[in-house]
Amino acid sequence: MNKLEAEDIYYLMVLGRAFEYAAKENYMKGNISGFLHLDIGQEGFSVAAIKAFEKGDIFSTYREHIMAMARDIETKAIMAELFGKQTGVSGGKGGSMHLFEPSRFFYGGDAIVGGHIPNAVGCAYARALQGNEDGVMVIFGDGATNGGAFFESLNIAATHKLPLLFLCENNEYAIGTNIKRAAPFREQAKKAEPYMLTYTVDGMDAKAVYETVRKAQIQIQEGHGPVFVEAFTCRYEGHSVSDSNAYRSPQEMNHCKVKDPLEKFKKELQEKWLCSEREIKSIEAKAQKAVDEAVEYAENSPEPELDALFENVFYEERKNVVS
Amino acid sequence: MLYREALNKALDEVMNADDTVVTLGEDVGLYGGSFRVTEGLVEKYGEKRVIDTPIAELSIVGNAVGMAIGGLRPVAEIMTGNFSLLAFDQIINHMAKLRYMSNGKITLPMVVRFPQGVSRQLAAQHSESYEQMLSAVPGLRVLSVSDVNYAYHALKYAVLSDDPVIFIEHELLYNKKGEVNFSQNLDPFKARIAKEGSDITIVSYLKMVDDVMLAVPEIEKELGCSCEVIDLCSLNPVDYESLKHSIEKTSRLVMVEEDHKTGGYGAQIVSWAAEEMFYTLDAPPLRLAGEDVPIPYNRSLELASIPTPESITRDIVTWGKKNDV
Ligand SMILES: Cc1ncc(C[n+]2csc(CCOP(=O)(O)OP(=O)(O)O)c2C)c(N)n1
Ligand SMILES: [Mg+2]
Repeated sequence: MNKLEAEDIYYLMVLGRAFEYAAKENYMKGNISGFLHLDIGQEGFSVAAIKAFEKGDIFSTYREHIMAMARDIETKAIMAELFGKQTGVSGGKGGSMHLFEPSRFFYGGDAIVGGHIPNAVGCAYARALQGNEDGVMVIFGDGATNGGAFFESLNIAATHKLPLLFLCENNEYAIGTNIKRAAPFREQAKKAEPYMLTYTVDGMDAKAVYETVRKAQIQIQEGHGPVFVEAFTCRYEGHSVSDSNAYRSPQEMNHCKVKDPLEKFKKELQEKWLCSEREIKSIEAKAQKAVDEAVEYAENSPEPELDALFENVFYEERKNVVS
Repeated sequence: MLYREALNKALDEVMNADDTVVTLGEDVGLYGGSFRVTEGLVEKYGEKRVIDTPIAELSIVGNAVGMAIGGLRPVAEIMTGNFSLLAFDQIINHMAKLRYMSNGKITLPMVVRFPQGVSRQLAAQHSESYEQMLSAVPGLRVLSVSDVNYAYHALKYAVLSDDPVIFIEHELLYNKKGEVNFSQNLDPFKARIAKEGSDITIVSYLKMVDDVMLAVPEIEKELGCSCEVIDLCSLNPVDYESLKHSIEKTSRLVMVEEDHKTGGYGAQIVSWAAEEMFYTLDAPPLRLAGEDVPIPYNRSLELASIPTPESITRDIVTWGKKNDV
C-alpha cells in the first residue's frame, strides 16, 4: 500500500459511512424501503478486503453497498438502486440487497444466507479451467458458516484446489443470535482448518485486513488452492434498519465500538503517511459531497417504466403459444 | 387480538398443556421470533423447548422429523418461506413420505410454520409463495391462515394432529386485528365463508382474501350483483363441498391468488370446477394471479406484479360485464 492507496482507502471508508447514514435517513423518509442492512462499523473490513483483492471475481451478500463502491461501482447508481430508480445498478428491480456489476467482476448482492458460496466455487472452477490466476473471493457472515452450503463448498474447493478466497466477516451475530449460541466456538476459521490455509485478522483494522487479504490472494495466485480468512468485526447498527438491536446491551455496544475503524485508519494516515489535518479534512469533504450528490441524483432519477416488470426474466423472450 | 398474538396464544396453550411440544427455528427464542410469533415462550418453557437454531433450514426440518420419530411434537419455524427451499428434501422426501413408506409404522406429529408472500419491497429472493409446490406433495396437510380466529384454532389443531402439517402464514397479516372465539370447535379443513352472496363465488386464501374483501363493495356496485367470498383455509385437502354449494348458488367462479399464474395453486380449483361444475357454471371461470415474473424491488413494479384491490375490482368488473353478470 502506498500513500495514494491509503488515502483512497480512507476516502472509501468515509464515503461508505456517510453513504450508510444517508441511506438510513432516506429509509426513515420513505425513499428507501424493504430490507436495508447497514455496514457501519465494518467499513474498514469491506473497503480494505475489496481493495486488497485487486483483480478477480467477488461474490458477496446483502450487506454490500460499501464493497460495491470499493469495486468502483458508481455511488450514485448504488443510491439510485436503493431508491428503486431506473438509473440504479439493477434498474430498480434489485434494491439494497441485489447489486450486480459483471463489468467490475462483482456478483452481488445475494440474500439467501450461504447461497452464493457454491456459486463462487463454480466461478473459481471456471477461472481455473480458463487459466485465470486471480481467483475468486466470496464474502459471507459468521452465520453462513453454519449451513450446509458452506461445508460443501470447503470440501469441493479444497478437493479441486480451486483459486478461491473464503472471507468470513465475523461480527458474532446472525440477526439476534450470538455466534456462541449457534456454533461450538467463536473462531469459524476452525471449520476450514482441515481443508486449507486459514488466517484470522482484526476486522476493525483496515490495514491488517488489507495485508491479510493481499497475502491470501498472492498465495492463491501461486497455486496453493483455496485460502480462508476470518475477520472479527462489529456492526454498530441493528441487523437491518428494521431491527431494534435490543439484544445487545449498551455495555456490549460500547465495548464493540472502542476500536473504530475510521479513527484507527486516520491515525495510520497521519502517522505513517504524514497526512496533514487539511488533507484529511479535504478527503472527508469530498466523500460527503459525493454522498450528497448521490442522494440528489437518486431523488431526481425516473422510476422504471412499467414494461421493465417483464424484461429480463429471460435472455431470449418467448411467449406462450396461444393459437 | 392480533394475528401474530393469536398464533402465539395457540403455541403457548399447547406447550403448556403438553410438554412434548417443542418449537425450533432461527431467532425463535431470545429474539422472540422475526415476526414475534414465539415471543415470551422461551421465558416460560426454557431453551430446551424453545430452541434457537443456526441458519440451517435443512436441519431445522430434518431435526424436527427426528424429534417426531423420537416422541416429541415439534413445531419448526422457517424464518420465511423463501428459505424453506433449503429444506425441501426434508419436507418432501422425509416429512411427507416416512409414514407411507413404513406402511404406517412411523407417525410424524409435526408442523412446519412459515410466513411467505409479497410483503413490502423485499425483492425477488424474499417474496415468494410455495403453496403450489407443497400442496402437490402427497403426505402433507397444507393449511393457510388468513383469519385471526382461524389462526388460533388451526395452529392448535395442527400441533395436536398426528399428521405432518405445513402451516402457511402471510407476512402482511401479522398485525391484522380480529376476535378469537376460544370456546369454538372449529374444523380447520373447512373453508370459511368470509362473506355470503348470491351471484359470484370468489375463492381465495391468505392475504388475498382481505384484498378481495376490500374490492367487493365496488364490484357489487359496478355490476349490481352480490359476491360470496370463500377463504379456502386448507389447501390440501380442499373443502370442495363448500365450493360446490356456493357455485350451485351463484353459478360463477373467480379464483384469486397472489402467486405466479402459471402452475399456481388456483389452477387446481379452476380445473376441478371445469371437471365437476361445468354444467352449473354460467360463465367461464376467471383466474386472477400474479405475473409470471420474479418479484421486483421497486414499489410500482412490485404492485403491478400481483393482484391488488384495484386490479381485482377492475378485472372482475370487466369479466362480469362481458359475461352478463
Ligand atoms: C437461507 C437463509 N436463512 C435465513 C435468512 C434470514 N437471514 C438473513 S441475514 C441472516 C443472518 C446472517 O448472519 P451472518 O451470516 O452472520 O451475516 P451478517 O448479517 O451478520 O453480516 C438471516 C438469518 C436468509 N436470508 N437466508
Ligand atoms: Mg454475522
